[in-house]
Amino acid sequence: MKQFINALLLFLIMPLLLPQNAASAETPEEKGLAIAMEADRQDNGFNDYTSDMLMILKNKHGKESNRKIRINALEVENDGDKSLTIFDNPRDVKGTAFLNYTHKIGDDDQWLYMPALKRVKRISSRNKSGSFMGSEFSYEDISSQEVEKYTYQWIRDEEYEGQQCFVVNFYPVDKKNSGYTRQLNWIDKKEYRPLKTEFFDKKKSHLKTLTFSGYRIYLDKYWRADKLHMINHQNGKSTILEFSSYKFRTGLKATDFNKNSLKRAR
Amino acid sequence: MSIPINRSAITSAKSPIGILLLILFLFAAYPSRVPAFELTGHLAAEEKLFFNDPLFSRQQRSAASFAAQPEFYHEWENGFSILATPFLRIDSVDAERSHFDIRELIFQSAHDTWELRIGIGKVFWGVTEFVHLVDIINQTDLIEHIDGEEKLGQPMAHLSVVQNWGVVDLFVLPFFRERTFPGRRGRLRSRIVVDTDHVKYESGAKQHPIDLAIRYSHTLGDWDFGIYHFAGTGREPGFDLKINSQGRLRLTPYYEQIRQTGLDVQSVYGNWLYKLEALYRTGQDDSFFACVGGFEYTFVNMASSGLDLGLIGEWAYDERNNKCTTGFDNDVMAGARLAFNDLASTEALAGIIQDMNSTATTFSLEASRRLSSHWKISINAFFVFKSSDSDIIYDLRNDDYFQIELFYYF
Repeated sequence: MKQFINALLLFLIMPLLLPQNAASAETPEEKGLAIAMEADRQDNGFNDYTSDMLMILKNKHGKESNRKIRINALEVENDGDKSLTIFDNPRDVKGTAFLNYTHKIGDDDQWLYMPALKRVKRISSRNKSGSFMGSEFSYEDISSQEVEKYTYQWIRDEEYEGQQCFVVNFYPVDKKNSGYTRQLNWIDKKEYRPLKTEFFDKKKSHLKTLTFSGYRIYLDKYWRADKLHMINHQNGKSTILEFSSYKFRTGLKATDFNKNSLKRAR
Repeated sequence: MSIPINRSAITSAKSPIGILLLILFLFAAYPSRVPAFELTGHLAAEEKLFFNDPLFSRQQRSAASFAAQPEFYHEWENGFSILATPFLRIDSVDAERSHFDIRELIFQSAHDTWELRIGIGKVFWGVTEFVHLVDIINQTDLIEHIDGEEKLGQPMAHLSVVQNWGVVDLFVLPFFRERTFPGRRGRLRSRIVVDTDHVKYESGAKQHPIDLAIRYSHTLGDWDFGIYHFAGTGREPGFDLKINSQGRLRLTPYYEQIRQTGLDVQSVYGNWLYKLEALYRTGQDDSFFACVGGFEYTFVNMASSGLDLGLIGEWAYDERNNKCTTGFDNDVMAGARLAFNDLASTEALAGIIQDMNSTATTFSLEASRRLSSHWKISINAFFVFKSSDSDIIYDLRNDDYFQIELFYYF
C-alpha cells in the first residue's frame, strides 16, 4: 500500500514546466509521460515513512469488516520501493506480515510470513489482479506506482471537485498480467496529486473507481491522502482505506526490510 | 516440557509453568519506558467425530478437547524483546493428548547485522506443503495433529548473522524434546501403544545433549535457498518392542545420534513456484537420501470472480524404501487451495496422497472462515481410502474423521 501512496505521490508533483512548450508539437503521449514524471519527481527524497491503515471492507449488502494494518516503507534509489506490511486485526491474522520489493521493470519480489508456523513463504507476484486481503484493491493497486510500469496519454484538462486537473490515461506495460486495459486518472495541476482513478477491465468496461480525499502535506513536500475509497461497480463491493500517524524519515534502513526483519515484525 | 497434566507438574516450583510464571512476573514488573506489553493469543474448542468403530479396545467414537495458547510479548527500546507462548490442551479421551508445553519463552536482541535469541523457541525450515522433510530444530508434537505441523518448544541459543552475501544461523540446542504420541485411548495411533515414559537414547547425555546446527540461506533474484548441517539427537525415533510392568506390549522410542545435511530451494517463475527439499542423514541404520519436490501454480482472480485457486503437485522419495519411517517412501501428492477473498476470509485446502509403492491413499481437507473479528471456525477431515497391512497407515484404516474447531482470538 505504500505503493499506491507512492503512486499518488508520483502524480502529485509535476508543476508547470510544460507551459512554454505546451503550444508546440507535444503529443498527448509525451504530455502524459511528462505529467507522470513530474509527479514522480516531486515525491523523490522522502527516504522512508511509517503509517497506520484501517481497511474497511463492505460487501454489496452493506456488511462491514475491518482490518488494521501498519506500513513501513523505504525509498530505494534507481528501483521501486521496499515495504513491510504488518497485520494487527482481525486477531486471527495478527502477526502476519508481507514484505515487498517493488521493481521498476519486471515482477516484484514478495514474501509472506505466517506466524503460527513461523514460516516465510515466497509468493508469486506475476498476476497483479488478485485481491489484496479480500479487499477491492488488487496487488497492482497497492504496488508502488513506478513511472516505468505504464505508458501514458494525456486526454484533456478538466475541473474536478473545484480543482483544475489533467486527465491522463495510464496503460499498463505488463498487459498480460495486469487486471486492467487502462486507468483514467484525474491529477491536480497545482500539486500533481491523484484525485480520482477509474479502472477499466480486460473487456474495457468500467470496473472500479478510486477517489482520494483529505490530502495533507508532510515535511512541506510530500502529499498523502487520509482516505482512499475504492468502489467496484461490477460486484457492488467497496473498500475504504483510512491512513493515520504518517511519520517521515524515521530512520528505517534496508536491514529493516529483509526476511529476518519480516520474521520479527509484530 | 511436554508434561501430561496429570503428573502434578503445575504445583511444582521447578516445573516449566513455575518458571514461566516467574519470568512473566519479572518482565511484566520491569519498569519500561516504552509500555510495549502485549497480551494476545487464542482459545479453541474442538470436537472430533470418527466415522467407524475403533480397531483397538478403549478407543472412542468421538473426542472433545479444549486448548489455550496465550502470547505475552514485551519490547524494550534498542531492539530487546521477550516473548512467552505457553500452550495447554485438555482432551476428553486421551490422557497423553492433555498436555502442557512452552511453545516459546525467548529473549531476543535484534540489530542491523545480527540477532541473538536465547530461550525456548521455534524455527521452521522448508518450502513444500505436504511433507516437512528438512525441518529439524523443533520436535513434532504429533499428538496435536497427524500432519506433523505442530511443534514443541525447543531450548536454544540462536545467533543469526545477516550480511549482503546471505544469512548464517548458528544453533546450540542444549535440551532434547521427545516426540509426543497418542496414548492407549487415543485414535490415530499404531496398534501397539508408544510408551513415552520409557525412552532410550544412543547418547549417554540422554535428554541433555549439546546438539548443534548451522545454516546458510540467501535470496538471489527469483531464488530462495538454504543449506544446513545438523549434528545431534535425531528427532525421529526408532522403536523397540518391550513388555511393560503390566505385561502389555509397548513400543519404546529410541533416539539415535545423527548427522544430517539438508537443502531447501524455492524458485518463482511467473505464476509458478518450484520447490525442493532434500536431506542426507547418517547415524540411523544405513545412511540415506530423501527428497520432496514439486510446484504450486495459482490461478488468480478466476474468471474475474475474485477467487484464487492454487494447485499443488509434489513427489516425495526416501531411499530407505519400505524401511522408511515417515511413510513418504515414494508418494505423489496433489492438492488444491481455494481462497474466496471474502469478508470472512473463507479458504479451503484439500489434498490427496498416493503411495506409489503400495495401494495406500489418504485424503485430507481443511477449511476455515472468520465469524467475527475475534471468532473463527475451522473444519478438518481425514480419510484413508485404501491401505494394506504393509502400509504405515494401515492401523489408521478405521480412523476417518471429521473435526470442527471454534477459535476465540484475543
